[in-house]
Amino acid sequence: MIASLPFGRRASRLIERNLLVYRRGWIIIFSGFFEPFFYLLGIGFGIGSLVGNVSLGAGHSVPYAVFVAPALMAGTAMNGALYDSTFNLFFKLRYAKTYDAVLATPLGVADVALGEVTWALMRGSLYSLGFLVVMAALGLVISPWALLALPAATLIGFSSAAVGTVATTFMRKWQDFDLVIVVTLPLLLFSATFFPISVYPAPLQAFVQLTPLYHGVDLIRGLTTGNLGPGLLVDVGYLVLLGAFGLAITSRRLQHLLLK
Amino acid sequence: MDPLISARGLTKRFGDLVAVDGIDFDVAKGEAFGFLGPNGAGKTSTMRMIGSTSPVTAGTLRVLGLDPAVDGPRIRARVGVVPQLDTLDMELSVRENLVIYGRYFDLTYAEAGRRADELLAFVQLTERARDQVEPLSGGMKRRLTIARALISEPDLLLLDEPTTGLDPQARHLLWDRLYRLKQRGVTLVLTTHYMDEAEQLCDRLVVMDKARIVAQGSPRELIERYSTREVVELRFPPDAAESMDGRLNGLADRVEVLPDRVLLYTANGDAASAALHESGIRPESTLVRRSTLEDVFLRLTGRSLIE
Repeated sequence: MIASLPFGRRASRLIERNLLVYRRGWIIIFSGFFEPFFYLLGIGFGIGSLVGNVSLGAGHSVPYAVFVAPALMAGTAMNGALYDSTFNLFFKLRYAKTYDAVLATPLGVADVALGEVTWALMRGSLYSLGFLVVMAALGLVISPWALLALPAATLIGFSSAAVGTVATTFMRKWQDFDLVIVVTLPLLLFSATFFPISVYPAPLQAFVQLTPLYHGVDLIRGLTTGNLGPGLLVDVGYLVLLGAFGLAITSRRLQHLLLK
Repeated sequence: MDPLISARGLTKRFGDLVAVDGIDFDVAKGEAFGFLGPNGAGKTSTMRMIGSTSPVTAGTLRVLGLDPAVDGPRIRARVGVVPQLDTLDMELSVRENLVIYGRYFDLTYAEAGRRADELLAFVQLTERARDQVEPLSGGMKRRLTIARALISEPDLLLLDEPTTGLDPQARHLLWDRLYRLKQRGVTLVLTTHYMDEAEQLCDRLVVMDKARIVAQGSPRELIERYSTREVVELRFPPDAAESMDGRLNGLADRVEVLPDRVLLYTANGDAASAALHESGIRPESTLVRRSTLEDVFLRLTGRSLIE
């Protein structure tokens, strides 16, 4: 019942709609590039000058900025994907009734879910790309595997957008979005972003490893520093499953909310 | 010829609430068909089921010969929907609203643009093509919504209370556009709680009340069947109307006492008001008019349509 259409065949129409909207408001998108860059300067280089080198394990150690930058890139992918999958989606869902109009056409909830999640992850990926270029220019990329950091950031964007969209379908008022910050801020601070996971006692390490951004950070850091291992495949698997799960739930939620 | 829409025992329930309670109707191709009834009668729920955006709880429904439960996207591809509340895309311009809607129906940009320009002319919004939607008047927004519903050149146009909240001038402009569509062979299905709208636009209509159909036919037939040719409307000073009831009974086929006025149903209004005058009853005002669907509704349900 969810997808009477071949899944998401027309999802790209939602992306076209969003492109049309942002064609006038590109400056809004542009502003999102700066935040991670400022963090990189302030924390990566500023605080980094006090910290010195950080061990990646196995006798491999790198300057603090090299350690922090990929984590900021992962956080950028997440935050970038959340812009459109939280506030903007809520506005379209509850106030503008955008999807009521969309669902009166041949498009279905699966198209809406896939289209909006894809759009959100595109935005996250765009910021990640910008940040990766800055990282490379500042000499913070020390492995050619960093080329794969962009698709990895897209994957982080995918899982974040999917989870963000599901959460948004449960929101009832704008104040509920305070919860997004309550969740994302600790993720940004404690997902082995600014310090290695070895800082935590063992039980807490196990807990952090269950959270999503940890896997994003681990994946991108592994690629930009060339610190590869089978753990990266676990990271990929975790993010793919989380995103697919979020997408499926989103379709169900939209069906429940809009096709009563 | 097979009907364009056919419903048998069509039912919609939301939990314990029965919104549509086993209704039967058929809509023929090229017809303008109306659902008339007060708020909460089940009109919108019926429309949404026809538009395949709300699942049928029980009964059968065929739209364009297809089952909405199976062929929703195929039905929606051929149906234009004008919802009760405007759902225009406030983040896009007037013309972009039409073009992107055309894209939802798989039109090419070139084709969607061509149709958008044609439709803007049709609904008299060409000058506003590049404007944002928000500052448009209510009537303009309704016209844009109708244009949007037509972008796919639908076989069937569903209009849920198309003129609610519009001023008389905007309503007449809208009726004119709908009449032209009908002449082009577009099948119109509309809901309304305005009697004049139903009489103006509908070839045939069903009267709905409390989730059921209580009567159906052409406006003319309904009036003939459930009312008299003419109506005399009397107004009395406050509290005087109730005491008139008995004295008025012999003057007309039927007397209806409403909070603000008394209605005498009769074949000949002038004769009835003359008889009234002779019997010494002096209302504050007397008006002789033809029967309308309002009278039909009152007769069928014992209530006015808009309370």
